[in-house]
Amino acid sequence: MVTSNVKVLGAWPSPFVSRVRMALKVKSVDYELIEANPHEKTELLIKSNPVHKKIPVLFHGEKRICESLIIVQYIDEVWTDGPNILPSDPYDRAIARFWAAYIDEKWFPLFQLLRDAQGEERRAVVQKISEGLSLLEGAFVDCSKGKAFFGGNNVGYLDIALAGCVGWTRACDILLGAKFLDETKIPHLVGWVERLYSDSSVKDLMPDPHILIELYKKFRAMSEAASE
Amino acid sequence: MASDKVKLMGAWQSPYAMRARIALNIKSVEYEYEEEDLLGNKSDLLLKSNPVYKKVPVLIHADRPLPESLLILHYIDEVWASGPAILPSDPYDRAIARFWAAYVDDKWFLHLRASVLLEGEGAKSATEEIGEGLVLLEEAFTMCGKGHKFFGGERIGYLDIALGSFLGWIRVAEQRNNASLIHESKTPKLSQWAQRFCADVAVKDVMHPTDRLFEFAQVLAAKHKASREN
Repeated sequence: MVTSNVKVLGAWPSPFVSRVRMALKVKSVDYELIEANPHEKTELLIKSNPVHKKIPVLFHGEKRICESLIIVQYIDEVWTDGPNILPSDPYDRAIARFWAAYIDEKWFPLFQLLRDAQGEERRAVVQKISEGLSLLEGAFVDCSKGKAFFGGNNVGYLDIALAGCVGWTRACDILLGAKFLDETKIPHLVGWVERLYSDSSVKDLMPDPHILIELYKKFRAMSEAASE
Repeated sequence: MASDKVKLMGAWQSPYAMRARIALNIKSVEYEYEEEDLLGNKSDLLLKSNPVYKKVPVLIHADRPLPESLLILHYIDEVWASGPAILPSDPYDRAIARFWAAYVDDKWFLHLRASVLLEGEGAKSATEEIGEGLVLLEEAFTMCGKGHKFFGGERIGYLDIALGSFLGWIRVAEQRNNASLIHESKTPKLSQWAQRFCADVAVKDVMHPTDRLFEFAQVLAAKHKASREN
């Protein structure tokens, strides 16, 4: 299905932008990616998302939608002849939404803390991230019901919500030796990550952790130079 | 087959629990209500039903627990689909309603909390931020309401419930800070909307009694101050 009036304002390294692109891929919707540097509050970004001034923003014709999880739900509700993204059962939908909100409100923000933390503080944040992964491991067992993905046989809402964060999680494993994706502790999630890299809807949209590390190092160097 | 019994764990002071009660009222769902004492120990049932956040509200339907008020609103709307709709039917209108409800909970609420718990400069600047947020929400009302009585149109809906559940606490913030937040002069549409919302049949029996809430706020603020000094 070809739709040319769909645009995504975003940047490929962003886990939130990845979610939107994965959802559009699941629905086979063509779109134009308008690259936006999240650290530069350009006029376009401010005009497109005046309340939060953040990416991603989805443009669908004249309509403008912000907030990645809200955009993913919008995509699921508009393009109804593609595969479902949200589960069909109301309770399963609620649980998928619950864990996606947990990722955004409690778990992924820990990675921001990790950036600036040192020593004991860093160890404490690493511990919290690992505890969150244990919770998500339990969520995977409950949601997947023995199948390949949180969404069952195919990638769904919670898979998309977490998949965008995998690149950064792996980047931290490499950069900090954190061993977040430890198959002795979270075997189901580790298996799930491997399957993501073969899934046609998401594999090309998972940021490469090595490239993320290079980007991060460049960003740090620029911020440090700017503050001198 | 699990029983279809509906139970709601809530607290009278909680705007989030109020949301769930309003939604159940809209759908005319009978439910058992269990009050948690916010100043006492958390009950075993709460800890078991919401191990991640340990907070009210929790909706228990057919023995399955569901926390988080905005998720509960979605769930109630989807399960009792034959009752009046809570979410709008158009996907874009749904996205806009979800956006503003998320804004209320993730950004705006922090200022409301600060204006109630803090004193002095902290409370003053938080109160200003609440006001600025309400101006944004006044604009959102024009966009969502499309000239009707509520954000949801002719009947209260998702965003009405998300914001309206805070009206009691907004009044507390006004009293504590000697401020005027929802007022004809600043937010004329929200001012009229607030009256209509509080009078709605699904809302009026569960809206906070302001005097009692004000007393509770004093207790909370004192506790907050004591914990910061220790």
